[in-house]
Amino acid sequence: MDGARSPETIHLVVNGRACDLEVAPHALLLDVLRDVLDLKGAKRSCDTQVCGACTVLIDGMAVSACTYLAVEADGRAVLTVEGLAEGETLHPLQRAFLDAGAVQCGFCTSGMLLTARAMLAETTAPSRQEVLHYLRGSLCRCTGYRKIVEAIMAVAETAR
Amino acid sequence: MLRPFTLHRPETAEEACALLARLGEDAVPYAGGTELLLLMKLGLLRPPHLVDVKRIRELNELADGGRLTIGATVTHRSLERSPLVRARCPLVASVARHVANVRVRNVGTIGGNLAFADPHSDLATLFLALDAHVELVSPGGRRELSLGDFVRGPWETARRPDELLAGVRLAPWPSRAAAYVKFGVHERPTLGIAVALGLNGGDGRAGARIQDARIAVGCVGPRPARMFTAEARLRGVSVDRVDDVVGAVGDSAAAGVDPADDLHGSADYKREMVAVFVRRALRVAAARAGGVEPATSFPYAVVA
Repeated sequence: MDGARSPETIHLVVNGRACDLEVAPHALLLDVLRDVLDLKGAKRSCDTQVCGACTVLIDGMAVSACTYLAVEADGRAVLTVEGLAEGETLHPLQRAFLDAGAVQCGFCTSGMLLTARAMLAETTAPSRQEVLHYLRGSLCRCTGYRKIVEAIMAVAETAR
Repeated sequence: MLRPFTLHRPETAEEACALLARLGEDAVPYAGGTELLLLMKLGLLRPPHLVDVKRIRELNELADGGRLTIGATVTHRSLERSPLVRARCPLVASVARHVANVRVRNVGTIGGNLAFADPHSDLATLFLALDAHVELVSPGGRRELSLGDFVRGPWETARRPDELLAGVRLAPWPSRAAAYVKFGVHERPTLGIAVALGLNGGDGRAGARIQDARIAVGCVGPRPARMFTAEARLRGVSVDRVDDVVGAVGDSAAAGVDPADDLHGSADYKREMVAVFVRRALRVAAARAGGVEPATSFPYAVVA
């Protein structure tokens, strides 16, 4: 009832590895991932949940790590782009992004990959329209959307 | 970066209200944080205490009594995917599917959206047209307010500091005769139009007459507003003949708004768009009243 202002211990699984962390209530998940766990895949960009560059998955669900308290991840599984490949084997989405040339400057790529991964877990065979709907709020400043959508559709087609 | 605060996690509404009453203006209810944390990062809000309401079970429920009850901490995503909501009020699920982006929908809550009272809220406009009520809980008891009485102005509601928004209640409404159309190129909509048509007979067949029309316009004023004069022009009109009056209804709605110039557009432009999109939303609602889902799409617009 009195609440907490001092750091508390949270237990979470990050990219398959269990970890206990001391975090303050006001710590943002993005800062904990980047500065404490040294996972730099999620990027701080708009800082207002508009762009998608900081997207990570919490129990499979896409969230903006820039506007998410780290304490909310207590007891949950966090997936960042660093956890997408299996060892040296790329995730099918990563392979498809390479094959389609869907990476330009690369700043949005980790968010795009994780958003696509969340979508494919929910909808195995999305239509092009569903892909576009799900990607709303995932911005590519190089405007390379055509190839990003192409890559995601290619993975969706193989699942069909 | 956020400034330090104390995080409270009450498990009952009573406990939460007691905290809000004790801490007064130093405390702010916190749910998804999709609006609150943005303002805190900017330093526009600096609450020393956050009261996390997500552990309060009753606030997270979707219930089907005589009315549909949506708990305040239900996320946009849960609303979008709930079989109950899709069956009982498909328009609400459809509008929820188009709120912001998937990351905001996964975390942001219905109660947070309404209590924040951003003038560019899809749900507030929709709920105004659907005659929704909100329930507020306080140490003194519970009270219910219409959406119109709850949202007072931009970022201003009738919620007292020791009150908690518990949820939204929706009266049954023939959902096939309702539509929500939003338009804009920015993250938040430039314009949102909600139309709900009550038909005599109420079974949504072609040839029915409009008994009661509700038109709510959002995003162009300080809060969503009903267009009573425009609504009156629809009373008694056969749904098959809505085309005869949509022009006059749209013009009447445009005359009823008082927009300001901003980055979304000039006041004149917004007024014109109100006329255009009221016509479009009405045609969609009338088609649905006749049992037809129109295959319409408009540039930079979403038809829900």
